[in-house]
Amino acid sequence: MKPKLEVRGVSYSYHSLEGETLALSDISFTAENGEFLAIVGPSGCGKSTLLSLLSGLLTPDTGEILIDGVSQAESFSNIGYMLQRDHLFEWRTIMGNAELGLEIQKKLDSTSKEKLHQMLLTYGLGNFEQAKPSELSGGMRQRAALVRTLALEPDLLLLDEPFSALDYQTRLSVCDDISSIIKSTHKTAILITHDLSEAISVADRVIVLTSRPGRMKAIVPVSFGDDYIRPLMRRNMPEFSVFFNQVWKELQNHD
Amino acid sequence: MIETHPSLAQQEFIEKEKQHRRNVRFLRLMLLVLLLSIWELCARLGIINDFIFSSPTRVTMTFIDMVKDHSIFVHTGVTVMETLISFVLVVGFGLLISILLWSSRSISEVLEPYLVMLNSLPKSALAPILIVWLGNNIKTIIVASISVAVFGCIMTLHTGFSQTDPDKIKLIYSLGGTKKDVLLKVLLPSSIPLIISNMKVNIGLCLVGVIIGEFLAANKGLGYLIIYGSQVFKMDLVVMSIVILCIVSAILYQGITILEKKIKF
Repeated sequence: MKPKLEVRGVSYSYHSLEGETLALSDISFTAENGEFLAIVGPSGCGKSTLLSLLSGLLTPDTGEILIDGVSQAESFSNIGYMLQRDHLFEWRTIMGNAELGLEIQKKLDSTSKEKLHQMLLTYGLGNFEQAKPSELSGGMRQRAALVRTLALEPDLLLLDEPFSALDYQTRLSVCDDISSIIKSTHKTAILITHDLSEAISVADRVIVLTSRPGRMKAIVPVSFGDDYIRPLMRRNMPEFSVFFNQVWKELQNHD
Repeated sequence: MIETHPSLAQQEFIEKEKQHRRNVRFLRLMLLVLLLSIWELCARLGIINDFIFSSPTRVTMTFIDMVKDHSIFVHTGVTVMETLISFVLVVGFGLLISILLWSSRSISEVLEPYLVMLNSLPKSALAPILIVWLGNNIKTIIVASISVAVFGCIMTLHTGFSQTDPDKIKLIYSLGGTKKDVLLKVLLPSSIPLIISNMKVNIGLCLVGVIIGEFLAANKGLGYLIIYGSQVFKMDLVVMSIVILCIVSAILYQGITILEKKIKF
């Protein structure tokens, strides 16, 4: 079976009048169907650039990105992108915000509306369909943003530090919440974070990048047994600190 | 939160707050009465020459006379109409051109120095040319009025547009949207508060432009009354026109404020 996502030798540079900055160099990895990958690295290692490349907002200078074996530029698969902040539009209701993607892709009809309605209901936003984003808590807003992303039925989910704008306590529970939702829908997901415990608590494998230019440092498989274990439970398990130290060491040793 | 049974301290606080507001309203009114009385008194006692400085009673008499022959409605109506026409055109052109500038980096960079120059040019300097080009009529007045407001409007809107959160734009692209989606789903809706606050400035500027225009090329309107009154030394007429102008500008501004409240999100 083909992997969901295959990244082969991807490099990318930013250009400005002051010069050229190599942001990513020779990045290669794969993500299997339904796998949850986390990418960690020091700040400025080009993590966000990598997601922009995967989503097709940027085109790599060298190398290729294959989704289901087809190059990203020609692929018709939907990619869901969750940004650092929820970016719910204050001038739309929660329903209106959730509809945004469908509206843009002109897929909004009574069937898709009904499905959205069901999703909002499932994720505990049923009573807030007509509410304004400002009436929701940080965690609920993030869930609404997830519904907006999932509404397009993406095959691949890209999460760009989606919890970093939340306070620590909310962050733990929202992370728990959202990763369970993603797992239950069997989506392939790639999470970018600078929080090691967050990465280890959600991911099947953790990819470690070096600082600028971002290069592959290591891929650390994180396994807590065969059954799915919620992030909050994982944090309490003895293996957690073992993996944490392993990833920590990879980040620390510069060669 | 509104409690059903506010505590005593809360009631006292509300009472104090209400009392304060009543005081402010009363003092505002008294200040007006005081100023008008001093003016009237000085005129009556001969401290100031009421032929030059007019007086509240003389202004009122002039107003009543002009209400009787309906001429005041014609003049006020003409000024308001000219202001509204140029306001609509300024907002329309302003939006269109600022969207055009936003849509193309090259166009905006090429036009920028011209806009800055036109914006800082004193527009009253254009009025005599406009009379020659367009004639002694309403066209001159409206073009003069537009020229006063439109450049500032374009620059404010364009600056606002270019400060749109880049992540919100990225969101639209990541959902598969195009530049048109960015415009319709993010740029315009998020700019509504800016557009309205800009309208508040523009309605005032349009009135300024209309009065400049009427000074030079009109036989109707409040600006015409002011110039005519000063030329024939009817200062009562001039002062009355200015008072009406104050009221008109306050009403126009209030109109926009009401609009703002209606579409507040």
